Amino acid sequence: MMLSARTWRQQVRNSRLWYRLRRDRVAQCALLLVVVLVGAALLAPWLAPSNPYDLAQINLLDSELPPFWVAGSVSAHPLGTDVQGRDLLSIIVYGARVSLAIGFGAVLLQAFVGISLGLLAGYRGGRVDALLMRLADIQLSFSTLMMAILVSALVKAAFGGAFYGNYGVIVLIFIIGLSEWPQYARTVRASVLGEKRKEYVEAARVLGFSGPRIVLRHILPNALSSSLVISTLQIGNAIMAEAALSFLGLGMPETEPSLGSLIKAGFDYLQSGAWWITLLPGLYLVGLIVSMNLLGDWLRDTLNPRFYDAIASNAAGSRQRRRR
Amino acid sequence: MLTFLLKRFIQALMVVVAISVVGFLLQGALGDPIQQLLGASASDAERAALREAMGLNDPLWRQYLHFACSALQLDFGDSTFFHQPTLSILARYLPATAELIFASAVLTLLLSFPIGIYAAIRPTAALSRFFMGVSVLGISIPVFLTAIGLIQFFSIGVSVTLFPDATPWGHWLNDLLSTRGGMPAYGRGNPEHVIGVWYTNFASWKGLSYIALPALSLASVMLPLFVRLIRAEMVEILASDYVRFARAKGLTPARIYTVHALKNALLPVITLGGMQFGSLLAYTLLTETVFQWPGLGLMFLDAVERADMPLITTCLMVAGFFFVVINTLIDLTYRLLNPRIALQMEPR
Repeated sequence: MMLSARTWRQQVRNSRLWYRLRRDRVAQCALLLVVVLVGAALLAPWLAPSNPYDLAQINLLDSELPPFWVAGSVSAHPLGTDVQGRDLLSIIVYGARVSLAIGFGAVLLQAFVGISLGLLAGYRGGRVDALLMRLADIQLSFSTLMMAILVSALVKAAFGGAFYGNYGVIVLIFIIGLSEWPQYARTVRASVLGEKRKEYVEAARVLGFSGPRIVLRHILPNALSSSLVISTLQIGNAIMAEAALSFLGLGMPETEPSLGSLIKAGFDYLQSGAWWITLLPGLYLVGLIVSMNLLGDWLRDTLNPRFYDAIASNAAGSRQRRRR
Repeated sequence: MLTFLLKRFIQALMVVVAISVVGFLLQGALGDPIQQLLGASASDAERAALREAMGLNDPLWRQYLHFACSALQLDFGDSTFFHQPTLSILARYLPATAELIFASAVLTLLLSFPIGIYAAIRPTAALSRFFMGVSVLGISIPVFLTAIGLIQFFSIGVSVTLFPDATPWGHWLNDLLSTRGGMPAYGRGNPEHVIGVWYTNFASWKGLSYIALPALSLASVMLPLFVRLIRAEMVEILASDYVRFARAKGLTPARIYTVHALKNALLPVITLGGMQFGSLLAYTLLTETVFQWPGLGLMFLDAVERADMPLITTCLMVAGFFFVVINTLIDLTYRLLNPRIALQMEPR
């Protein structure tokens, strides 16, 4: 069925989301900032003054030029240049593409793994549930960032730095994605436990449907919303984790820099007075994370007022399980 | 209580064993000790002889038992770079990290309780809104950026020329917004020797100036977490019936806040404090990298750079061990401090 443009617009206007968005100034600002920053990254090839990967466009004589509001700047490089003479604006938006790609990829992976395991734990219950949730507890209390640092350190020690040069994005997606699965698993499990007792599941079982079919076709659609709501927050987390890893030298190489490796590369020149090389990518990163966190918090509260209850009962449940 | 203790102990033991298996497998899977010991020029016969002598041809479970036995005797092997026992290397780098964590913990505790309690008592006051807003920012800014910002402001210095410098007020405003810098931003300086491998930064003003910025940036991530948690707990407790009753009874607010409310808010704070141990390690690693603070984190990253597998696995296992011990202790204190949990669980 095709909705005409008019009714579609009306639906948006009448929705609760739109109503709440119009009343919340902070959410508006966060949304605007996310759109601008992500949009700049997506449109990087058209927006950037030059292509930082194209060596022909880089002139070493242009290195360490300051941004436009500082004396000595050049109009061709509005935000200045880095040590290699790459245009800073270009390399920031291109770096943001790498960061966002890793963030989105990692969240997709962790959603897939977390939702699968959450469904399994919630539907099966018993031993499987106890084991999976205990694992989730352990992993969460060991802190996802520390986990990611350890794993990427081991990967680097095992395969060497050159490996990252070739497969950095994939490796980071796997490391960050796999270290954060408990978040999704817990939320999905909590809603599966709620849905499992409802009559429609009972009816499906009476009709003789198989377990996997009931889980995937009946329970999953109803259990999904609560976990998708945390995705915005998780993307922010993943981008932050990627930046931390890259800053430690365990992430993206300088030839294909993400925001984190830009900050790391620029930090070496902070003492020589070229603060913009490290602080401007840092500002972009902070803007991205802050706006995504604010937007994610707002989405969570707006779309799912019961979410806090679910989380609270979930936390209490896991606490009791641990003490049993 | 005894069954609980026993169960918890067995659980902790299992996790420790699992960690040691991971450490063992890593050491075996990554890097060839024969290669590292003999170098590339050794003959095949020499290699085979050493392989047999070191027990590398034994079945895997036998090798693991050997590994576990020496680990129990605190022998984790020698670092391939330092050619010293790995644990003694860890001990050498421990004081720097411990002092950094201690300094930031003191900062966090001294600041988070007053701010959190104030924000709970006066939720609508401008000052508490300001604190809560700053805490959102503090959670969102990665610790290494805070550290870089601190270096820029207090070590290098910022000179603001936003206002006309010729006028007295412009000059005054510029001066007010500018920072002079001069704080050390690199390493530990020359810490005073205390005993053994322990050199301290707390004995002189100069030493303190070296630890100030690292401790501040580490506290900048822990502080917002604790402020928010203390505030949330206090708000909940202040709305409860027994606090209302205490008010009705005519107790002074100071007594209600400290004796009745704060005592009960402490429990989740302790739990969270322990749960943050892993994150604290990660943040310490980042802080040490920025400030080149010669602690465990920096040593770990150097070991990774040199592919020094014995040292890496030792770090891993020691961190894992401490993590298990701390988590178990938290569970126990939680139970001791909150008898209700024990009561709830007993009938099962």
